[in-house]
Amino acid sequence: MEDLVSAFGLLARWDVLLALMIGSIGGVIIGAIPGVGAAVAIAILLPATFSLDPLVGLTMLLGIYGSSMYGGSIPAILINTPGTAVNALTTYDGYPMTQRGDSRRAVSLAYSASFFGGVVGILCLILLSPALAWIAPHFGSREIFLAALLGIVLVVLAHRGQIFAAGMLASFGIFLGTIGLEPIQYTQRFTFGQTWLSSGVDLIVVVLGLFALSQAFLLLVEKDSSPQAQPLTGSLFSGLKELFQHKRVASAASGFGVVMGMIPGVGEFTAQFMSYTYAQKTSDKPELFGKGSPEGLIASEAANNAVPAAAMIPLLALGVPGEALTAMMLSVFYVHNVIPGPQLFQNQMDFVLALYVAMLVLNVMVLIFLLFSTNLLTKIIQIPTRFLGIVILTLSFVGVYSLRNSATDCAIAAGFGVLGLILKRLNLPVVPIVLGMVLGGIMETKLRSAMARVKEPLDFIDRPIAAFLFITILIVIALHIRTMINEHKKRMPDEDHELHDTQLR
Amino acid sequence: MIVKIKTLKQLFQRNRRPGNLFFAGVFLALALFLLVQIPHQTVWKSGAKWSAQPALWPAISIVGMTLFASLNWTSAFVSPKIAGRWKEISFWLLSLEYVAWFMVYVALVPKAGYLPTTIVFAVLLAMRTGYRTKKMLVCAALTAVVVVVVFKAFLQVKVPGGQVYEYLPDALRSFMLTYL
Repeated sequence: MEDLVSAFGLLARWDVLLALMIGSIGGVIIGAIPGVGAAVAIAILLPATFSLDPLVGLTMLLGIYGSSMYGGSIPAILINTPGTAVNALTTYDGYPMTQRGDSRRAVSLAYSASFFGGVVGILCLILLSPALAWIAPHFGSREIFLAALLGIVLVVLAHRGQIFAAGMLASFGIFLGTIGLEPIQYTQRFTFGQTWLSSGVDLIVVVLGLFALSQAFLLLVEKDSSPQAQPLTGSLFSGLKELFQHKRVASAASGFGVVMGMIPGVGEFTAQFMSYTYAQKTSDKPELFGKGSPEGLIASEAANNAVPAAAMIPLLALGVPGEALTAMMLSVFYVHNVIPGPQLFQNQMDFVLALYVAMLVLNVMVLIFLLFSTNLLTKIIQIPTRFLGIVILTLSFVGVYSLRNSATDCAIAAGFGVLGLILKRLNLPVVPIVLGMVLGGIMETKLRSAMARVKEPLDFIDRPIAAFLFITILIVIALHIRTMINEHKKRMPDEDHELHDTQLR
Repeated sequence: MIVKIKTLKQLFQRNRRPGNLFFAGVFLALALFLLVQIPHQTVWKSGAKWSAQPALWPAISIVGMTLFASLNWTSAFVSPKIAGRWKEISFWLLSLEYVAWFMVYVALVPKAGYLPTTIVFAVLLAMRTGYRTKKMLVCAALTAVVVVVVFKAFLQVKVPGGQVYEYLPDALRSFMLTYL
């Protein structure tokens, strides 16, 4: 209780509230614009948040993370173009509703389901806190090493049909993290005698290149377009009432979001798939799914909005990010010398609770903002894509250059921008590179410190949590191989789709 | 095209695009080059534990890169050819023009100052990308001003003042150096 009071004390500052407001409203706007996702915005804003108080910086980034999916549902429903990658499933039922003249109802339901999912996710996080605070100190170096290894394995296996490419890119990410002067024996690694490589490849430079600059280059080279969305008429409050008629679907979808969000490397897509399948199987009108089913829309939006809060669990409790956005946030913690992990829960529980409460407040702010300004957002969607490219390029400069005023950093970022553009065009995933860089560094440090106390190889997994994680890794790989064999035997035809369209990130 | 997802396989499936074989080949070549460089670019310290060897993680990552890049290239090589490879590669190369724009912008900011360079950059780039109307060019200039004011004046990010600011009168110079 003391921690909760202290958490409110931390939040009751004008700068934190302002950051929360800018982050949440900015996130909605960014999410609503097709072609710019939360990843681009967070990458650009990261260096600017370094000069802010850690809570101010983090609430701003959390605001963007938690609210972009709300905004992304607007173009998904109105013009059949998801605002962010995780709104793709929303187009299945949202756009058919628009086509039959139910756009207001669809948007209203999407907001309500998003709010429900977001709040359930945060409540689960708050309720799980005592358990996390109890279990987190049991994670030593070897457990954190195995958790990071599990994250890498999952992020590779999650890219079915592109596992080789995902494995190659994750390994590349781990390699990038090793370049430069290593801190133990002080030897140079892959610097080729170049002084500019001695300090290594900065994660933020890579992130800005892969997410922001690549998107700017892509938009500038592609043909110009300007999406058109019809304004909505009438009140958007009705969805809140209608959501209660589908509370079972909304609760199950949020539950899937929470569970999948907690597992590194899995996230929104799997949560949405499971909740959508569940909703369809248990519906009275399964034939309506894909043709404008309100339940389908709720399943998609409640699941994806429950993920951000859950994704904070491995980050805060173990210091192990499970996806790209939390990986970026990790750098904010490090810059301010706040080390996420077991100690954070023991020593700064009020800080952790303040982040939870901030997420709760941001969901309320976003809902209120959206209920009154959706029509304004339908105008913002119409920004021509090449103009958007110019804006992103200008903003990317601030992001990279303000780090250490280095033209070399800008050149490296531009190089990664071209790599990101190629990956996006090939529809290959960018996330494994970023997670490889972050988790690779964690694995190197933790393996070194863990092995100092390990005499026999089996000692490494002689503690319950380490053994559990090790067995989980083996089971995940075994299950994957079994599924591949089964699918091969059934000769299931491949169908191309753009659900994972990397260009939307 | 978005198809209806019915199975987990369909959910995670990402099909190949034109240019995939070329990219797979380039990446494999990079992995092989790095593999050959391991003995020259890393050190194996005698007496140190294997887990504390500086060469361990570069070796693990490069071996992983080589293994997966070989499988990826083989998979691309044995798959049916997708038309449009060179058109796709030329698209990638077109992005280099904007890399050049970006690097010129980076080089000019410390000399001509953040605000003037950003305005000129945004307006010229808007013209280059086909916007000729007065409205769009004014929008580009205004966007540049907003970006500079928000980041330099309000958020106080570290972007150095331009050398040309030195020629301004004292009062204006210090204002420009601090805020714009």
